[in-house]
Amino acid sequence: MGDLRLMKGNEALAEAAIRAGADAYFGYPITPQSEVIEYLMAEKPWERTGMVVLQAESEVAAINMVYGAAGAGKKVMTTSSSPGISLKQEGLSYIAGAELPCVYANVVRGGPGLGTIQPSQADYFQSVKGGGHGDYRQIVLAPASVQEMADFVKLGFELAFKYRIAVLILADGIIGQMMEKVELFDPIPRLSDEEVIAQNPWATTGKKKGTHRRIITSLDLEAHEMEEHNKHLQAKYKVIEENEVRFEAIDCEDAEYIFVAYGSSARIAQKSVQLARSKGIKAGLLRLITLFPFPSKALQTYCKNGVKGWLAVEMSAGQMVEDVMLAVKGCAKVEHFGRFGGVIHTPEEVLHALEEKVIGG
Amino acid sequence: MANISFEEIVKPENLVYKKTELLTDKTLSYCPGCGHGTAHRVIMEVIEELGLEEDTVGVAPVGCSVLAYEFMNIDMTQAAHGRAPAVATGIKRVWPDKIVFTYQGDGDLAAIGTSETIHACNRGENIVIIFINNGIYGMTGGQMAPTTLPGMKSSTSPYGRDVDIMGNPLKITELIAHLPGTYFVTRQAVHTPAAVRKAKRAVKKAFENQRDKKPGLSFVEIVSNCNSGWKMTPNDANKWMEDNMFPFYPLGDIKVDGQMVK
Ligand SMILES: Cc1ncc(C[n+]2csc(CCOP(=O)(O)OP(=O)(O)O)c2C)c(N)n1
Ligand code: SF4
Repeated sequence: MGDLRLMKGNEALAEAAIRAGADAYFGYPITPQSEVIEYLMAEKPWERTGMVVLQAESEVAAINMVYGAAGAGKKVMTTSSSPGISLKQEGLSYIAGAELPCVYANVVRGGPGLGTIQPSQADYFQSVKGGGHGDYRQIVLAPASVQEMADFVKLGFELAFKYRIAVLILADGIIGQMMEKVELFDPIPRLSDEEVIAQNPWATTGKKKGTHRRIITSLDLEAHEMEEHNKHLQAKYKVIEENEVRFEAIDCEDAEYIFVAYGSSARIAQKSVQLARSKGIKAGLLRLITLFPFPSKALQTYCKNGVKGWLAVEMSAGQMVEDVMLAVKGCAKVEHFGRFGGVIHTPEEVLHALEEKVIGG
Repeated sequence: MANISFEEIVKPENLVYKKTELLTDKTLSYCPGCGHGTAHRVIMEVIEELGLEEDTVGVAPVGCSVLAYEFMNIDMTQAAHGRAPAVATGIKRVWPDKIVFTYQGDGDLAAIGTSETIHACNRGENIVIIFINNGIYGMTGGQMAPTTLPGMKSSTSPYGRDVDIMGNPLKITELIAHLPGTYFVTRQAVHTPAAVRKAKRAVKKAFENQRDKKPGLSFVEIVSNCNSGWKMTPNDANKWMEDNMFPFYPLGDIKVDGQMVK
C-alpha cells in the first residue's frame, strides 16, 4: 500500500513530479495552479532527490528552459493555466518539431483573454488540435480525480520518453483545487547522469571524441527534407493512436444514450447517469482519459451496439463534440451540453439536456 | 627559381595556422566579409584550447547564425528567436558541470529576447553569452534592430533611424553590466587580427570563468559588421563600423571579476 494523503490536485501534481524522478520543474505563478510551484518550493526537492525547481520570468522562459533541459535528456516538467499555456505554444511547437520528451499541465480557467479564474474546459481545441504552429500532436491525458493528477505525471513521463513527445495533463480548476484522498506511488529514483546519457543517445550532453555531435533543432531549410520529417512525425502519431488510447466505460453495456465527457465534466455526468437510470433511462458514460489519441474506435463499437444518441458534456461552448461527431460518423444523434466561462453545470442540468436535446429532440 | 612542389609547401614544419577540429568542413552560409565566421572560429578555438569540447553544449539563436550548429562541431541546441538564454538556463541547471553558451544577434538578444537576457544575467546563470552586435537584422534582410544607430538607414528606417519616432538604440551590454548576476562583461570586435587576438582573450576568460564556476554570467559583446545589410563592401563596412559603431559602442572591458571597470 502506497502513501495515503489528503491533497489538492495541484499539490498531487507537484508531489508526483518529485516521486516520478523528475530532474527539474520550471514554472511561473498563475491561478488556479500556483500551488504546484509553491508546494515544490516549500518541499525543497533539491534536498530530497536533487530535483531542480526554478521560478522563471515568464511562461515563455519556463517552456524554453524545459526545451533546453529536455533536449539534454533530462525529465522536466512545467505547469500553468490557460493564459500562460497560450504563451507556451511557441516553445511547445519547437518541442514537437525537435521531438523532445516533457510533461506539462494546464489547469484550465475560463477564457478567452484573461477570462476568469473559475474552472473551464475551453482549451480543448488548443490541446488536441496543435495549439502552436505546424502539423503536430501531443499526448493529452485528462485526469478526473486528484488520484489521477498524481498517477498521470508518472504515466506522462513514461509516454513522453517512449515517443519523444510532449504529454499534456489537461486538468481544470476543479481538479486542481479540490482535495481528495490520494494513494501516492512509490518514489522512482532520478536517473544518474550515466543512465541519462545511455538511455538518450540523441540528447545534447557533450560530444565525446570520435562520436557524432547531437543537434536539437526543429529547422530544416530544405523543404523536401522537412516534408520527410513531417511524415516521420505523422507516422509516430499514428502509432500513438493505435496503442495509447485510454478511456473508461461506465454503464455503457446496455446503454441507449451515452454521455461523452472528460475531467470534471465526467465526474458530474457520472451522477447524471445515476439520475437517468433511476428514471428508467438507459444512460451510460464514456469517460475519455486520452483526448489525443481520441477513443474513436470505442465510440464506434457502441454505435454498433445500437446507441440511440450521444451527449457531449464539456465546460465549453462545444469543442470535444466535434471529435465525437467525427468518430460516430452519423450513427446516431450527437448533441452538446455544457456551461462555460467558468460556470460549472449540475448533474440535473446535464440530464435535462439529454432529455430535451437527445431523447426528446 | 626551382619549382617547389605542393608536398614541400604543406609539410608539417611549415604549418603556421590550422583550422580547429571544432569547426566542421561545411561551407559557411555567411556573406563574404561577415564577422560571424570569425567569431565562430574564435569561440571554437577557445573551447579546443581549454579542452572543453566533450563537455560543452552550445545554443544557436534565430538570425543569420541560426545554422551555427552546422559549423560548430560540438553538441548544439537551436533555440526559438530570443529564447537562447532560457534554453541555456534549462541545460545548465540540469547539467551544472557542463559548459553552456549562447550565440546571439542583436535582434535576438536585445529585442525579442530582452526579458530572457536580462533575467538570465540577473539570476547569475553560470553560462557564457556571446552577443554579435551588427546594428541590424541581417537574416531577414536588413531591418532596424534595437542597436541601429541614430540616423542609420535600414529597410524599416529607410530615411535613417528617427529617435523621436523609433526610440534610441539600446546599450544592453552596459545595462546588464549593472546587474549583480554578471561577473564579466566586455565589448570586443573581430575585424582586424589585433582585434581578433583581444576578442579571443576575452572569450577565453569568459569560458574559464564558467569552467572555474566563478559566481555569475560572462557576457562578451562582439561589435561586428553586416556588409550586406548595411549595403557596403566588406572593407567599407569595417571602416564605417570603426567610424560610427565604435564611438557609440566603445570597445573594452566593462566589468571584470564582478567589479565595474568602466
Ligand atoms: C518569433 C519570430 N519572429 C521573427 C522571426 C524572423 N526573424 C528571423 S531572424 C530575425 C532577426 C535576426 O537579427 P539578429 O538577431 O540581429 O541577427 P543577425 O541576422 O543580424 O545575425 C528575425 C526578425 C522569427 N524567426 N521568429
Ligand atoms: S546578412 Fe549580414 S550578418 Fe548575415 S551573413 Fe550577411 S553580412 Fe553577415
